Order: sequence, then structure tokens, then C-alpha cells
Amino acid sequence: MSGKLRVRVDQDKCQGHARCKSLAPELFELDTFGNAHEVGDGTVPAGLEHKAWLARSNCPEIAIEVIEE
Amino acid sequence: MSDHAPVTDWVHDFDHTDPRWTENPYPIWDTLRAAGAVVHTERFLGCYMPTTFDAVKQVAYDTEHFSSRRVVVRDVRPETIPAPPITSDPPQHKPAKQLLLPSFTPDAIKKLEPRVRAICNELIDGFIHDGGCDAAARYSRHIPVRAIAHMLGIPETDGDRFIKWIHEILELGIKEQAMLMKAVQEMIAYFAGHIERRKKEPTDDLITTLMNARDKDGQPLSDMHVQGTLRLLLIAGIDTTWSAIGSSLWHLARMPADRERLLAQPELLPAAIEEFLRAYAPVTMAREVIKETEIGGCPVKPGNMLLLSFPTANRDPAVFPDADKVVIDRKQNPHAAFGLGIHRCIGSNLARMEMTVAVEEWLKRIPDFRLDPAGKVTWSEGTVRGPRQLPMLFGKT
Repeated sequence: MSGKLRVRVDQDKCQGHARCKSLAPELFELDTFGNAHEVGDGTVPAGLEHKAWLARSNCPEIAIEVIEE
Repeated sequence: MSDHAPVTDWVHDFDHTDPRWTENPYPIWDTLRAAGAVVHTERFLGCYMPTTFDAVKQVAYDTEHFSSRRVVVRDVRPETIPAPPITSDPPQHKPAKQLLLPSFTPDAIKKLEPRVRAICNELIDGFIHDGGCDAAARYSRHIPVRAIAHMLGIPETDGDRFIKWIHEILELGIKEQAMLMKAVQEMIAYFAGHIERRKKEPTDDLITTLMNARDKDGQPLSDMHVQGTLRLLLIAGIDTTWSAIGSSLWHLARMPADRERLLAQPELLPAAIEEFLRAYAPVTMAREVIKETEIGGCPVKPGNMLLLSFPTANRDPAVFPDADKVVIDRKQNPHAAFGLGIHRCIGSNLARMEMTVAVEEWLKRIPDFRLDPAGKVTWSEGTVRGPRQLPMLFGKT
């Protein structure tokens, strides 16, 4: 494990609360309906790891996965 | 008005319109939760209530057994009054919601922010030199009314009329069917006029957006659909956020330490707003059982109603440590104030913006305030909870 993180939004679970976008705008973006997607392939830039965990722990639908690679 | 007998046994005979629930529901919810994940009352023609975050979530996620066609627990079961998408179940729900979602994204809502900021300051101008005010009557109640009127393209000055309808539908209408139906008819007549005018002169607002919407077969929405959605936007957009702004100010009036912290560290405001939403979540919904099932081991049958209390879920200590404490910088706060599952409140981004701006502008101009000991705080009853009278004094004690 190199300690690199990746985030992924489960599209079946996301309901557009937009908490992730507000807490970690570098890692998540919203589509025209307001549902969230990870930015790019979800790779978390160094230094933003805490934001990945923060977004995950504040999602009411538990739609965010943080993958340790 | 059919008055309810006072509750003597909360666990077996709960009543969310009892004055003690209205005044301070939190210890009652703890009692109910300690008794079980689901409780029952014979009132409201028989009604169940999940008491834990998990049980609330189970019901909110299960659209197969629990229908949204009735979203308010009442004494009566009038014919259903459609207000899509809040009263829609799959498969009708998704297309009805998707018509509206683009108008309510954070970016779309951001465009409304300057208007809301101006509204807040106009209101504050009206009472800042009086040494105090009823913050519910003079401030919190006007902000969402004007914001949603602005979005719908109807006169902001019709606000008092909207507030009357909402009171009749969501509060008085719990016990009086005639009152409920009369308010709905008045709203239909009101919006019919606005729809007619737009047929001749389309405008750039949500009413026109709905009139121009087409379903997957290219057909316009039925008048009933347009009317129902307009009713929803007006009802759901007003006393909910009014309550949330009022509760936030009520908290800050009583907690000078939190107030000072927000003044010193304004960057904490977004977290504080989420915590106010968790701790003082205004909205309780309902579901109707359409297929036999069980929740938390408790069997429920078609026709049973369920009180779906997101505010109670938000006070569940199994999910939120120190659930009864308001911690304005709470780090982990996946609250359910805007619901869970497919019916997540469509106006959540609007509500957050209004709350943030309302609290921010108030704190900027009235950094010190407290409840007026000579006045009385009163709370709305039933479906939406928030302060309806909030007498404040300004300045340091």
C-alpha cells in the first residue's frame, strides 16, 4: 500500500445532498441534476486525504467510497 | 376543531400535536427510542413511528412497501392531494423530480443569493433601531417566502397569503379536513391565474419552466401536475426554512459562546448551519404502508400510516455522539434533515443558502442579542417545527 487514496461516488446511492461538493470541492463535482461524481478518476491529490475522509463521513446516503491503493 | 386528549403514555399513545411535544420534543423522542425502534399510537387512525436513524432510513429507502402518496399524518384520510414529486412513488417520481432538479443545484441557487442578502438587510433595516424584535415575525418568516416567490415569478408581496395557506394545510389541516381542502382550492385558483397569464406572455421563472416541460413522450405536463408541483414548491419552500432560520437564531440568542465563536471564526458557519439542521431539523414526513411488511420486528399493514421523523433520527445517539448537544463544529454530521433516499429535499441547496445568508447578515449587523425574558417563544405544531414567536432584545446585557 502506497497510501494513495481514490474516491468513488456510488451513483445508485447518491441523492444529491451535495455535502461532498461543499466539503471537498477539489474531489467532487455535480452534474446538471445536482448529483455528485468524483473529479477525474477520483485520485486524491497529496494533502487532500483528510477531505476525502471528511466527505465520506458526512454523506447521509453513505454513497462515497474511499479506496486505499 | 377536534382537540386531542392529553397524552399520558407516550410510548403507546404518542401524539406529535400534543403541546408538550410542540414545546420540547427531545426528551419524548428519547423515551420512545428507549422503548423500541418502532412505536405505535391509536391516534390518527392508527400510526407507527420509527424512532432510530436506522429504522427511519429503512422506511425512507423502501418505496416498495411505503408510499409517499400521503406525506402528512392527519386525523383524517381525505382523498390524496398530489404534489409531485414529493407525493410520487417510482416510476413516476424520477421524471417528475428531474424536471425541477436543474433549477435547484448549488450553482443555480447561487444566482439567487444577492437577492436573498438584500431581502435580509431590508428586513433588518426595519427593526434594527427598535432595540429588539420578534425575529420570527419580522425576519425569519419573510426570507423564504420572498425567495421562493422570486423563483416562481409571483409577487413577493403575496407572502401573507402563502403563509395563511401553509398554516391551514400543515397545521390546522391535521385536524380539520374542510380547512385543508379550502386552502388547496384557493391555491389552485391563485396559480390558475398565473398560468393563464404566462400562456400569453411567457416569463423567465419556475412556473414557465414547468409549463414548458415535456415528458418522455414529448407531451406537456397535465394542469394537475403543474398545479401540484407549484403547490409543493410554495408549501415546502416556506415554513420549513422559516423554521430552520428561526431555530438557528433561537439557539444563538441563548448561547453567547457559540455566537462569539462564529463572529471570531466565520469560516465555521457552514458546519454550524449543518449542526443547526441536524439538531433542529424542522421537517417530519409520513408514509402510507401499501404492502405488508415489518420494521424493527413490528408488522405493519396496508393503510397504516407512519410518522417519518427525520428530526428524531438526527437525535439518535447511535449515529451522533452527544446527540443532544449542539456542537457547531461537529466533524462527522451525516444528518437526515433533508430526508434520505429518493425523496431528498429538492430545495436543500436553497434552504442552506437562505439559512447561511440569514444568519450571516444578522450576525454582521446584530452581533449581540438574547431572548426577551418578558416575551414568550412559541413553536409551530405537527409537521414542521420552528419558532413562530421569537422575541429578542439587541445589545449586551
